[in-house]
Amino acid sequence: MSGALLYAIAGVLLFAAGAAGVVLLDHLLRRVLAFNIMGSGACLVLVGLAQRNGIPDPVPQAMVLTGIVVAVAATGLALALIRRLHAQTGHADGKTEEERVKGETGAGCSLPASHSVAGRGDD
Amino acid sequence: MKRLVTLSAAAIFAALLIDVLLDLPAAALDLRALLAEAMPASGVAHPVTAVLLNTRGYDTLLEIAVLLVALLGVVISSARTNLSSDPGRTPASHVAIDADPMVSALARLVTPLAVIFAIYVLWAGAHRPGGAFQAAAILAAALVLLHFARIVPACTAPSCRLRVAAVAGFAIFLVIAAIPLAGGALLQYPPAAAGLLILAIESGLTVSLALVLAGLFLLLADDAGGRQ
Repeated sequence: MSGALLYAIAGVLLFAAGAAGVVLLDHLLRRVLAFNIMGSGACLVLVGLAQRNGIPDPVPQAMVLTGIVVAVAATGLALALIRRLHAQTGHADGKTEEERVKGETGAGCSLPASHSVAGRGDD
Repeated sequence: MKRLVTLSAAAIFAALLIDVLLDLPAAALDLRALLAEAMPASGVAHPVTAVLLNTRGYDTLLEIAVLLVALLGVVISSARTNLSSDPGRTPASHVAIDADPMVSALARLVTPLAVIFAIYVLWAGAHRPGGAFQAAAILAAALVLLHFARIVPACTAPSCRLRVAAVAGFAIFLVIAAIPLAGGALLQYPPAAAGLLILAIESGLTVSLALVLAGLFLLLADDAGGRQ
C-alpha cells in the first residue's frame, strides 16, 4: 500500500466520522464542525488519489484549494446564522420548540442563553 | 438505537469505500499530459497556479463570487442583529478588556513579517507552491492577530471603502476575464500577456481575499451579535 493511498483511506475514515457526527450530534455548532471534518476527508481523498501514480496531478490539487476556500466561506456563513439564531431564540441546539418542552431535562449542550440580546421567547 | 444504526452505517460505508480504493483502476483520463501541453501558453511555471488561474479559471472566478456572497450573508446577518440590540451601546472594542501585552508585542512583531511573507508567497505562486489564496490567508491571519491585540477593532458594518476593496479583486478578475471576449472566449488570455494578467489578477485577489477572510472573522468577532 502506497503512502498516497494511506491519505485517501484516512480521508474516507474522516468523511465517515464526520457524516456520522452530522447525523448524531444535535448542537448546530457541533454539526458545523462535523461537516467541516467531512469536507477535510473529501479533500484528503482527492489529494491522496491525485498522487497515487507517483507524480501528483495538479488539477485535483487546485480543486482542493478551491474547496478549502469555499468551505471556509460556508463555515463563516453557517456560524453567522447560528449566532443570529442564538441571539433571537437563546438556543442553538438544533431542537424544535416541542422537543425542548418535552425533554427539558435532557438538554445537555445548549449555549448559555442568559445574555441573549433579543430576549428568549420574544415574538 | 439511532446511534448504533448511524455508527454501523458509517463503518460499512467506510469499509466499502476503502475496499474500492484498494483496487482502483487506473484513471481513465490523465489530465497531466494535457496540462503539460498547455503549460507554455499559461504564462506561469507552476502547474497548480496554471490550473487555478488559466485552464480552470471559471472555478476560481466563481469561487471568489461564492466567498463574496458568504461575506454578504455574514454582513447582513450581523447588521440585522445589531439593529435589534441596544442602539446606545458602546462599540465592542471599547468595552473589551485590555489585550495581553505579550499578544500586543507579538502582533506588532509578526504583522510586518507577515506582510513581507505574503508578498513573497504571492510572487512565488508563478513558479512554486504559493499564490493569491495562500498570501491572502497569511494577511488575514495577521489581521486577526491584530484584532486579538486590540489594535484592529471588530467591525459591525464595513465602511464603503472596505466594501469596495473587498469586491475589487473580483472586479479586476472579471474585467480581465471579459477582455478576451472580443476575440474569443471568456478567460482566454493571449499567451504573450498571460503571465502579467495572472499577476495582476492575483495581486487584486490577495488584497480582496484577505479582507474577505478577515471580515468573516471580524464580523463574527463583534460581541454584540451573540451576547453583550
